[in-house]
Amino acid sequence: MGLINKESVKKRMGSRIAANGLAKFLFILATGFSLLVLGVLIYRILSQGLPYLSFDFITNFASRMPERAGIWAALLGTIWIMAVTAPVSFILGVGTAIYLEEYAKKNAFTKFVQVNISNLAGVPSIVFGLLGLTIFVRLAGLGSSVLAGGLTMSLLILPVIVVASQEAIRTVPREIREASFGMGATKWQTIRRIVFPAALPGILTGTILALSRAVGETAPLLVLGALAYVAFVPENLLSQFTVLPIQLYNWTSRPQEDFHMLAASGIIILLIILLIMNSIAVLIRNKFHKRF
Amino acid sequence: MDITINKQMVQKDKKNQEFTPVFNINNLNLWYGQDHALKDIKFDIPEKQVTAIIGPSGCGKSTFIKTLNRMVEMVPIVRMSGEIVYRDKNIFDPKYGVEELRTQVGMVFQKPNPFPKSIYDNVAYGPRIHGIKNKKVLDEVVEKSLRGAAIWDEVKDRLNENAYGLSGGQQQRLCIARCLAIEPDVILMDEPTSALDPISTLKVEELVQELKKDYSIVIVTHNMQQAARISDRTAFFLNGEVVEYTDTSTLFSNPSDKRTEDYITGRFG
Repeated sequence: MGLINKESVKKRMGSRIAANGLAKFLFILATGFSLLVLGVLIYRILSQGLPYLSFDFITNFASRMPERAGIWAALLGTIWIMAVTAPVSFILGVGTAIYLEEYAKKNAFTKFVQVNISNLAGVPSIVFGLLGLTIFVRLAGLGSSVLAGGLTMSLLILPVIVVASQEAIRTVPREIREASFGMGATKWQTIRRIVFPAALPGILTGTILALSRAVGETAPLLVLGALAYVAFVPENLLSQFTVLPIQLYNWTSRPQEDFHMLAASGIIILLIILLIMNSIAVLIRNKFHKRF
Repeated sequence: MDITINKQMVQKDKKNQEFTPVFNINNLNLWYGQDHALKDIKFDIPEKQVTAIIGPSGCGKSTFIKTLNRMVEMVPIVRMSGEIVYRDKNIFDPKYGVEELRTQVGMVFQKPNPFPKSIYDNVAYGPRIHGIKNKKVLDEVVEKSLRGAAIWDEVKDRLNENAYGLSGGQQQRLCIARCLAIEPDVILMDEPTSALDPISTLKVEELVQELKKDYSIVIVTHNMQQAARISDRTAFFLNGEVVEYTDTSTLFSNPSDKRTEDYITGRFG
């Protein structure tokens, strides 16, 4: 006792509490700034885009005349691209994650692969566009098709899905794997019946978030040669296509003011799609949330 | 490896009690990397009795019980020598698969570890992985196992609810039921009551007494009173060696080794 000077403790009390308050204020400021920017963005888009938003806008093809222009082709193009990207990236991504987490020996090589997967997640999307152009459009001879676009998008989001799935698989407790092995289950039975179902909510959440990133991507598809003006909907996997972000890019780069308004309407549609996808991710997370 | 153990081999211990062994352990050595965790373990585990394994923390008792169903091999750096014979079969024989061994030798773990599934699916898991799909058979196995683990009355009206909704003690008895559902020959229990409250512990202990009529049980416990209450034979482990292994009443009333006496009278450990 007596090692602590009560006087100086008392003296510092005020500044400690002040620092505590300041820290809270700074964090509120940081959050507030993001909310402000988001608010301005949404206000601008709604005020510009809402007047043009109508049923015709959704079901019309693009047109040179703003009053007749719509996003039907782009909307369906986006859906087609997702129909390719979602299954391809899910199967490849989850398969890779299961291999890396459950089967691969932990050695220098797997560590190297791991680091590279994480790095790939940060590679600019245009690089994936160039890769897709070389492999799918030219080498495989798919042309600027839905299939080439969807596969390129799969490559783009694969690293994200692999990393998210690995993390989900890692959260499955060792104890329940042991319980399964302890009853004579094989590795594959344990993965299929215990690990995969327990990790699925996390895997799906990661997949949907990655897909919503792909919905908003423009650059790789531009490189592939996706068209900016399309007056037809894709009929099969080898059809040419456009997607929502490309249509928006096209409109915003035109001189006429009316097209800027159309772009704002398109952004509203795009935001609604993203909102729906993210809500599904949240719903899945909550519905399947298990405590271990 | 050459195995020349007669199935009907009958052994006698110091008090001339006879028993048929389910496990013969011979010169078992185990290393975690450089750490010599089990040293020349040599003893036999009797059929349809409760064998308790006691000893201070880190003495190798959990490691030992996990070698009996080869769960210890999940640790990547583990090395073993010697042999463990389970009813005429060397369990390390490559022809005798771990899956087959673990179907005969079930395990109940320290922490209740039900699957994040319904109570029914937890118990039906074992039969299902062994290919039983018939709903009627599964229903019967589930009921019989839950009755066997003395938890049927508590859960029969909510078989489709998630097992995580059960209390810790109920979860552990569910895990025992899950283990019974594959109709094993031996049940290994690794400190099954260390995470449970006293009432749940009592229930599990009573259950063990009930189960030994049909199963051979090996139980690791920290609690010497528990070993004395429920086991027929007790092995005392210290620093990876078996110091003493005999029938429980002799070990607790008249230990032949000074170290056993020190441990059970609480002088160390």
